[in-house]
Amino acid sequence: MRAFSAIAAAIVRGFVRDRASLFFAIVFPLMFLVFFGGVLSDRGQPAAELVQVGDLALLESLSPEAREAFDAAFDVRRVEDLDTALEEVRSGDADVALRQDGDTLVAHYTQTDQVQAAVTQATLRALVDGTNVALLAQEAGSPVPFALDVERVEDESLTVIQFVTPGLLGWAIATSAAIGAAATLQGWRQTKLMRRLQLAPVRTRTIVSARVVVTLGIALVQTAIFLGVGMAFFGLSLTGAWWMAVPLVLVGTLCFMALGLLAGALTTTAEAAVNAANFMVLPMAFLSGSFFSLDGAPRWLQAVSDLMPLKHLNEGMLDVMVRGEGPAAALPVLGILAGFALVVTLVAAKLFRWDSV
Amino acid sequence: MTAIRVRDLTKVYGEVRAVDGVNLDVADGEFVGVLGPNGAGKTTLLEMVEGLRRPDSGTVEVLGQQVWPRNAAVLPRIGVQLQASAFFERLTAREQIRTFAALYDVSPARADDWLERVGLAEKASARVEDLSGGQAQRLSIACALVHDPELVFLDEPTASLDPQARRNLWDLLSGINDSGRTVVLTTHYMDEAEVLCDRVAVMDSGRVLQVGSPAELVRHLDAPARIIVAPGQLDEAGARGIAGTEAVEVGPDGTVLTTRHPADVVARLGELGALDGVRVQTGTLEDVFLALTGRSYRA
Ligand SMILES: Nc1ncnc2c1ncn2[C@@H]1O[C@H](COP(=O)(O)OP(=O)(O)OP(=O)(O)O)[C@@H](O)[C@H]1O
Ligand SMILES: [Mg+2]
Repeated sequence: MRAFSAIAAAIVRGFVRDRASLFFAIVFPLMFLVFFGGVLSDRGQPAAELVQVGDLALLESLSPEAREAFDAAFDVRRVEDLDTALEEVRSGDADVALRQDGDTLVAHYTQTDQVQAAVTQATLRALVDGTNVALLAQEAGSPVPFALDVERVEDESLTVIQFVTPGLLGWAIATSAAIGAAATLQGWRQTKLMRRLQLAPVRTRTIVSARVVVTLGIALVQTAIFLGVGMAFFGLSLTGAWWMAVPLVLVGTLCFMALGLLAGALTTTAEAAVNAANFMVLPMAFLSGSFFSLDGAPRWLQAVSDLMPLKHLNEGMLDVMVRGEGPAAALPVLGILAGFALVVTLVAAKLFRWDSV
Repeated sequence: MTAIRVRDLTKVYGEVRAVDGVNLDVADGEFVGVLGPNGAGKTTLLEMVEGLRRPDSGTVEVLGQQVWPRNAAVLPRIGVQLQASAFFERLTAREQIRTFAALYDVSPARADDWLERVGLAEKASARVEDLSGGQAQRLSIACALVHDPELVFLDEPTASLDPQARRNLWDLLSGINDSGRTVVLTTHYMDEAEVLCDRVAVMDSGRVLQVGSPAELVRHLDAPARIIVAPGQLDEAGARGIAGTEAVEVGPDGTVLTTRHPADVVARLGELGALDGVRVQTGTLEDVFLALTGRSYRA
């Protein structure tokens, strides 16, 4: 036990002191998460700057919900004459100037920022339409047939973060498990550390299990960081059986360690082993839907992706973490991953030689 | 009791007979050196004795037990410093030796003592990657000794040490040997073998050419002594006239007489009044080595 914890501690220290492996295990995948979850699916536009010219009767007649939507969509300032308002829009200090001309609302905006302009236009139109409908309904004495739709684009972006988190997590785990195993194997072989350890009264089993346990621990830390960041900053919300992601992550890690061992067995230097591991995992990540969904991909490509263990890991995690499936949904995936890990480990063990003895 | 018993040990790599029919016994408490040039087969021999490599043929017994396949009963009793330092990556010197200590169930405090003993106390917090070659070598030796083994194998322990560190290590190793431990080391250095070893095995091309104490080997060699007479003390004809002189050579440093009877020659030089600044060189292990291998030695 003492030997086990000493070796495990040595491996952990070696890992956290290696900037490159820390970067690739945690920072790099997190950058993708931020990119997909934050930048790509920007949660709606920031409120547009609106300059109100004089009184706007329409605003006063808005229903409370519509008024709320209006306030959320616009930062309102008031000026008294049109020229000042137009000048502000022209110089970019405001996005839109709004005045009421009799029964007509007139919006002045520039097309410099087309997205902002379109959003502004659509929101205002919705407000006007909504108000008209409400007024008409009032006149007819019937209840308001339609409420103004005040929902913003959050739903759409939530789907993006829900979708990308499991996939990116799968990729992160696959990469660091495979590279970790490949580099350790080759590194120990090269530095003769393994030979030196063979001379100490420790079983090979102890050494290997220390390495495996540390890698599993790293994978769990990756998972915790991913889910934590996703929930805290990008509105990730996990569904019922999300905890089944833990066994999925653990078995997935074993599976990719096995691939790393294979990479280590097929190469002769640590650099080559790491490159080989990357070469296996990166294309696999693309083919497994880690970065984008393969739903629209050709059928043959989907068939290929079914051969990838990462595809199954990703699907399994999607099922239990965000699709709301029960714990049983993960079981077949666990079986597939375990089988894959076993077969690849046996192949790697067959091919690997520590050294000529 | 014998610590090591090696019989007809052979290891062949393709065309190379790395170790070729070696016999060697090492007694308990003995200090034995294996001396030989690069590629002589020293490392291969040692690694087979340690149980790291499988012999092609022959037998090895260490502390009365077989070493191949890996024998966990022997391992805690032997300490090994491999020729290439083998460390955990990115650990400090202290973490490194404490890790090895834990593998042998030795306390961290004793591990720290060993850092002190090899003069690495102030390098304790340096990463192994940042140690100099000699410091890494000393750490590797400390890691081999941390569990106080009965039998110690050191593969070129003083390679890359400065003269000071070398002397310190000699003292350390002598101390270990004096406390009853058996030590086997390989070396390229004749002086080291002469100072440290009870017995030396001279090895070349996979074979042990001769085994014996340094003095024995030199005596066996029957090498002539070289007597150097300071310039101007004796002319060449006078030198040749001295009985027992085999060869005379006059050089800028003086006249060199080669003889197998140095006592007689020196007495005669005294009678001739040519003793001022006389130096006598008797055979060294280097001569033994040259005589045995028939080639010049590149230490
Ligand atoms: N794994 C191996 N595969 C093939 N040949 C080897 C192997 N190990 C050693 N040899 C060969 O066996 C011979 C003896 O090598 P060995 O390392 O035992 O020499 P050595 O006496 O320790 O040399 P040095 O003083 O340089 O350390 C050399 O010719 C070497 O090339
Ligand atoms: Mg050697």
